[in-house]
Amino acid sequence: MTRVTRRYKFAASHRLHSAQYSESENRELYGKCNNPHGHGHDYLLEVSVTGPLDPVSGQVVNVRTLDNLVSTQVVQDFDYKFLNADVREFQEVVPTSESILRVIQKRLAARWPSVFPVDGPRLESIRLRETGRNLFELRAN
Amino acid sequence: MLITRKAEFSASHVCAQPSLTPEQNRALYGPASNPNGHGHNYVLEVTLQGDPDPATGMVFDLKQLKEIIQQAVIEPMDHRFLNYEVPPFDKVVPTAENVAAEIWNRLLPAFQGSRARLENVRLYETEDLYVDCTGDRR
Repeated sequence: MTRVTRRYKFAASHRLHSAQYSESENRELYGKCNNPHGHGHDYLLEVSVTGPLDPVSGQVVNVRTLDNLVSTQVVQDFDYKFLNADVREFQEVVPTSESILRVIQKRLAARWPSVFPVDGPRLESIRLRETGRNLFELRAN
Repeated sequence: MLITRKAEFSASHVCAQPSLTPEQNRALYGPASNPNGHGHNYVLEVTLQGDPDPATGMVFDLKQLKEIIQQAVIEPMDHRFLNYEVPPFDKVVPTAENVAAEIWNRLLPAFQGSRARLENVRLYETEDLYVDCTGDRR
């Protein structure tokens, strides 16, 4: 089995605050991340892809095609943004790293069939490093 | 238990499939198809899996693993132009996928009959692109 992993970066701010809780409950639950003015991270996103090794190209995935997909679906929309205000999904959903991963997976999955053949590369997992100490992983299946 | 040993080598390559035109290669591989080649500082992580030997407390002797990697990979590939100097890359396009698979094939025989088995070969072509190869295993 061959797995290709590509790393991307985006810098974004967010605020963890849920409308379902009171001000004091939010402060208790999210701590510093509940600061009303938000705060930011240099996020590192790793996208892992598996699939058959194409005998002509010698590739599991064309990295340029993957770069273009991740750039248009994720990086361009997230980089240098305040996630809560600037990214559609996070107007409803609290932008925890867990939720950011779900949104990224959904966005990639929606466009995947239009750029890759059915028997081609498959999204295996995505990992989000919020800081050097926090790593979140979502396996596609 | 898993143990991982890291090694580095620097090499140049061209990614171009001889059966395709230069334009097709450019479309497929981008700047990596430049006929004169370009290079990378490859970083290799070799992971073995096994139970520690009760006598030595080791899954595998890391000095020995270092030597195996040195002989099988670093000596033949470091400071080489892969397409011209390292078979099978005179015939096989040295994409990161194919280089990782070749490293897997070169390392595998060294662990036959050993209590440790080759678990994973991870090859970083750059900090932002790496390939994991597990041979025929899924």
